[in-house]
Amino acid sequence: MENYNLTYKPFGTSAILIEWPAKIDEKIIQDIISFEKLVAKEQGVVDTIIAYNSLTISYNKDTNYSTHYKYRNSYTKKVQKLTELYVQKRDHIQKSQKIWQIPVCYDVAFGLDLEAISKEKECSVVDIIDLHTQPNYLIYFLGFQPGFLYLGGLNPQIHIPRKANPRLRVEKGSVGIGGEQTGVYPKDSAGGWNLIGKSPIDFFNIQKPQPCFAKAGDYIQFEAIDLETFYQIYEEVNKGKYQPKFEWK
Amino acid sequence: MIHVIHPGIYCTIQDKGRFGFAKMGIPQAGFLDSYAATMANILLKNRKDSAVIEITFGQGKFEFTSDTFIVLMGGNFSPKLNTFSVEMNSVHEVKKGTILTFGRRLYGARTYLAVQGGIQSDSVFKSKSYFSGITQPRLIKGDLLPILPAKPYLDKGFSKIREFHEHFSSLDLPCFPGPEFDLLTEVQKEQLLETFTVSEDNNRVGYRLHEVLENELEPILTSAVLPGTVQLTPSGKLIILMRDCQVTGGYPRILQLSDYAISRLSQKVAGDQVKFELMN
Repeated sequence: MENYNLTYKPFGTSAILIEWPAKIDEKIIQDIISFEKLVAKEQGVVDTIIAYNSLTISYNKDTNYSTHYKYRNSYTKKVQKLTELYVQKRDHIQKSQKIWQIPVCYDVAFGLDLEAISKEKECSVVDIIDLHTQPNYLIYFLGFQPGFLYLGGLNPQIHIPRKANPRLRVEKGSVGIGGEQTGVYPKDSAGGWNLIGKSPIDFFNIQKPQPCFAKAGDYIQFEAIDLETFYQIYEEVNKGKYQPKFEWK
Repeated sequence: MIHVIHPGIYCTIQDKGRFGFAKMGIPQAGFLDSYAATMANILLKNRKDSAVIEITFGQGKFEFTSDTFIVLMGGNFSPKLNTFSVEMNSVHEVKKGTILTFGRRLYGARTYLAVQGGIQSDSVFKSKSYFSGITQPRLIKGDLLPILPAKPYLDKGFSKIREFHEHFSSLDLPCFPGPEFDLLTEVQKEQLLETFTVSEDNNRVGYRLHEVLENELEPILTSAVLPGTVQLTPSGKLIILMRDCQVTGGYPRILQLSDYAISRLSQKVAGDQVKFELMN
């Protein structure tokens, strides 16, 4: 795997921001994910945040830098260490990766904006669903809300700008399109995405030892289900009996 | 136990926050005024990061159902134990059945109630800090918060610290250039050093400031944000992110507050003025 030219910046006194070239790119995110695995094990590292083209590393705050010199010295040492680590980084991509199968009901009861999109794009609702269920979407990272997945791979034919007036309440599980992005709202919230369906499964469940089943670097695929199946799965999820399904890529 | 008789406007349990789970999109949370909360714990000889109650804008009524020692630190809302006014910033022995109430606001926005040994509520993801969706969102009437049995408090003089006036009176927010600081124009950099006003829109997630900067900066590719990150929105408004902020954002991050500055800011209310003090 290629090594990128990374930029290191201090982010306050207890975090370091590392930046890759500013674009949304599968190779870049895979590189960040592999590097993160190494960095997260380093002594003094308390948290890491992955995003499209950056990795932010938060260090233990217990050190009080009595002088500017001491801070500068400690920052330089950390960057040196990170630079060395980056060279040691191994390609973490295994032969097979998980593709999570996400059931989505595209009934107009949930896909509140489906008909408007169909008119706007001069494309039938069935075709929109086909376009949306076809790709394997790469999970770039999680952010915005616990369990919210930033996905890449939406077909350009169904890129739709965010709504000018966001809805005050979007239900948990709603599947939407906002610009070039598609995703699932992990909890009830306000939201400006165009809604096309709803998934009955939990993307964030605090009761589980692993509250998010999916992680950065995995893929997901949406699978169209009818209303009846939606409610069946919904029941299973509520009873705690539903296990998210995946296939190997 | 501490029995919540009245939950006030907005009270939560906080410790230093949740670390290691940003990968799932879980925010840090934690003491907003970590300086005051930590000092309160130190006075009680607790671990510095022991869980305390964060009381926003006073009010709230708490009953201690067992003997303990407490400290109130941070914003001063004229606290009373039963009918007696009590001093902030000092250790008080509290007997079973004592009731804590608050009155008029004298200064600040957030008061920390620390008890000997810390609040013993359950940890979720290695932290007791409340955050909606992870824990209950806030204290409610009838909550019973476990505390440890009182141990003799050996310092007979009952420690206290001098009031730290600057913490409340100073406008200065020490900060560092943020990752996108260099994208600012010279005019913007100068404007940033003027005085800003805290808007009505201020809470544990963020403080929006009132003044507007001329701005033509585009949003950035979504990237990490941290508590203390100052974002510049396309309309030129400044948002200072606080401890409950989400883990990523798309606005340019032009400044990064020092940890201490977050504490100082968290005692400001709408209409208060602040000034960024840029360190290099």
